[in-house]
Amino acid sequence: MAMKPRHRKLALIVLVVAALGVAVALVLNAFNSNLVFFFSPTQVANGEAPTSRAFRIGGLVEAGSIRREADGLTTRFVVTDTAKSMPVTYTGILPDLFKEGKGVVAEGRLGPDGLFSATQVLAKHDENYMPPEAASAIEQAQKAQLTVVE
Amino acid sequence: MIPELGHFALIIALLLALTQAILPLYGAQRGNLTLMAVARPAAQGQFVFVALAFACLAYSFVTNDFSVENVARNSFSQLPEVYRFTATWGSHEGSLLLWVLILGFWSTAVSVFSRHLPEDMAARVIGVMGLISVGFLAFLLTTSNPFERLLPAAMDGNDMNPLLQDWGMIIHPPMLYMGYVGFAVAFAFAIAALLSGKMDVAWARWSRPWTTVAWAFLTLGIMLGAWWAYRELGWGGWWFWDPTENASFMPWIAGTALIHSLAATEKRGAFKAWTVLLALVAFSLSLLGTFLVRSGVLSSVHAFATDPARGAFILGFLTVVIGGSLALYAWRAPKMITGSGFTWFSRESLLLANNVILIAALGAVLLGTLYPLFMDAMGLGKISVGPPYFNAVFVPLMAPALFLMGIGPLARWKEASLPDIVTRMKWALGVALATGLLLPLTLDGFKPWAALGFFLAAWIALAVLAALLDRIKYSQGKLPQKLAALPRGFWGMLLAHFGMAVGIAGIAVVANYSTERDVRMEVNSYAELAGYTFTFRGTTAHDGPNYRAARGTLEVSKDGRPVATLHPEKRVYNASAMAMTEASVHPNIFRDIYVAMGEQLDDQGAWTVRLFHKPFINWLWFGALFMVVGGFMAASDKRYRIALRRSEVPKNIAAQGA
Repeated sequence: MAMKPRHRKLALIVLVVAALGVAVALVLNAFNSNLVFFFSPTQVANGEAPTSRAFRIGGLVEAGSIRREADGLTTRFVVTDTAKSMPVTYTGILPDLFKEGKGVVAEGRLGPDGLFSATQVLAKHDENYMPPEAASAIEQAQKAQLTVVE
Repeated sequence: MIPELGHFALIIALLLALTQAILPLYGAQRGNLTLMAVARPAAQGQFVFVALAFACLAYSFVTNDFSVENVARNSFSQLPEVYRFTATWGSHEGSLLLWVLILGFWSTAVSVFSRHLPEDMAARVIGVMGLISVGFLAFLLTTSNPFERLLPAAMDGNDMNPLLQDWGMIIHPPMLYMGYVGFAVAFAFAIAALLSGKMDVAWARWSRPWTTVAWAFLTLGIMLGAWWAYRELGWGGWWFWDPTENASFMPWIAGTALIHSLAATEKRGAFKAWTVLLALVAFSLSLLGTFLVRSGVLSSVHAFATDPARGAFILGFLTVVIGGSLALYAWRAPKMITGSGFTWFSRESLLLANNVILIAALGAVLLGTLYPLFMDAMGLGKISVGPPYFNAVFVPLMAPALFLMGIGPLARWKEASLPDIVTRMKWALGVALATGLLLPLTLDGFKPWAALGFFLAAWIALAVLAALLDRIKYSQGKLPQKLAALPRGFWGMLLAHFGMAVGIAGIAVVANYSTERDVRMEVNSYAELAGYTFTFRGTTAHDGPNYRAARGTLEVSKDGRPVATLHPEKRVYNASAMAMTEASVHPNIFRDIYVAMGEQLDDQGAWTVRLFHKPFINWLWFGALFMVVGGFMAASDKRYRIALRRSEVPKNIAAQGA
């Protein structure tokens, strides 16, 4: 029972559609639960960030704000977009390029007390490189301030 | 002088590439043998001049010529010589030059090993590769000249990014590009077939070894990249689903689909149009990958805005290549004659299923990689799509493909018998199920994903064995002779499939049973992880050629017996003042012990230290190496050379007759 070309083409189309269907279902499901949104400290201060799911913040590590706790592994610092700032806590070893006054992006959850508990702190591989999220947060904040001044 | 010479060589290379593209393609269309004959010398000449330009740039780097902007930005006088050389391709401009160099290398290889091809076919293939060279050379010369002078010259360079100062990074980019650019050959063959309208089985046979070699190089390149990330980034991870990684993984998925559909096209004349489309897609994704990683669009979509010429050129080039080839395909593909039929259960149908699943997985990776860029470019907000998305999508999609991988090599072409395969594979299924269910219990607790991984790994490995036994069952002679008589293409397939099994076993263990701890360690204190005791003996100062380091000493023991002494470092590079963690690893076949230093905590010499136990991680690298060797072996199969000799005969006769 060799397939005729027409049937073969039909079988192929059915297969492709079925596979695409499965893929689309998986993708949409995974997208919904795993997309991580970004918020700047100003947006967080305005209450735009969710309290129920993880998200990313970015900005500069405020100068003089890094405090290490007694266990030696937990670090507290403040992330600012130059308009608003927010406190962050992280337990673990920080990346090499994590420094005061430098750009940082952190992923985690916002506590009811306004403390952001980071599960991940990202700093990129280049000294002069500003994480794009951090750069954009600062840019937005400065634009907003300019509009207020005007 | 040398940089100007290099610049000049690039201009000549562009002129030769134009010749290599236009004359042979026009000649092939007109049936003009003289014009077609230009293809080979033009391609070889172009390669010579690109190589000259590359040598000039490498010379500028090695001799610390900081009057060249590219050198001043990416090298440093204290950098060890080998890294000064590899810095040649460390920048955007240099890496594109490497790309063109490798394209020239492949074009020359095609010009040498295409004597058996019909003249018009060879002329078209080389001509299309010339067109690609023209695009890249024009891009280099107009927007990214690697020889740009810096006046006044810099006193010293900015240094190479310390992370790239590792020998994994020396060979990763050339291998990756050998893969990317190798798909240009498959692409050129596909375009040549569409132009000539000759889409026969011979076409698939010509293009198959090239494609397999490119795939093997790409596999090696990706493996080296993962290995580098694992050792050098200090996080113990080997795959992050980062856009730069996905950029190389997408052409690999398409290439994997392509080498499988080429098999069906060569052996049975099946899926001709589909195979051509895959060849176009694989190379288009290679181009996309090159530009995603090299244009800076990933660090910021607005990088395009700061350098509009580059961005416009890249978008234009991608549009012409992808759009043009797809338009040609749409015009020509309907004329292709499909091969003989096959039933719903046959080698063909299984290969088709493999292809469909791979393409679905490719689509998912593409979406996850480009969607955040799209959202950002449209000003719809910043989002990130991380590993959880890719794992949730990729693993369930690939699992059925991996299961079918066990059956495919056993199924007959055209029509296979399901009951027969069930009979032959019952034992393998039983053993694989038992492995999947029982093996996790011997490790640190039962985990369903680990069980799935073990099941699939065992299943594929046993299927490789079953395919081997099936193949030698009816052949004559003693076992060594039987094995020696098997074609290399078959051995290559078995080896690559076995490598997949080894790799999956490695992933299943390392993803589920790795352990890690961040600890505060005072001098002579100890910490435990996975049955090992780590004793910290403090740090000493240690200076490298272009950095200063604090070098720690950790003694690792198990049950009181010493296992290893590790020396992780925290370096600060002189030129950039950039800090970097250099991890220290003690490997063996069943596990890596991996330590990385965090920060010094006090004057007494206490540090934060990160300890990892990574079981089976090395199986990943070995699995990938098996796949690479399998690929090269398959490409060296005798039948490609027999085909070569056979088709040479008529040409010789014709020559004698003339």
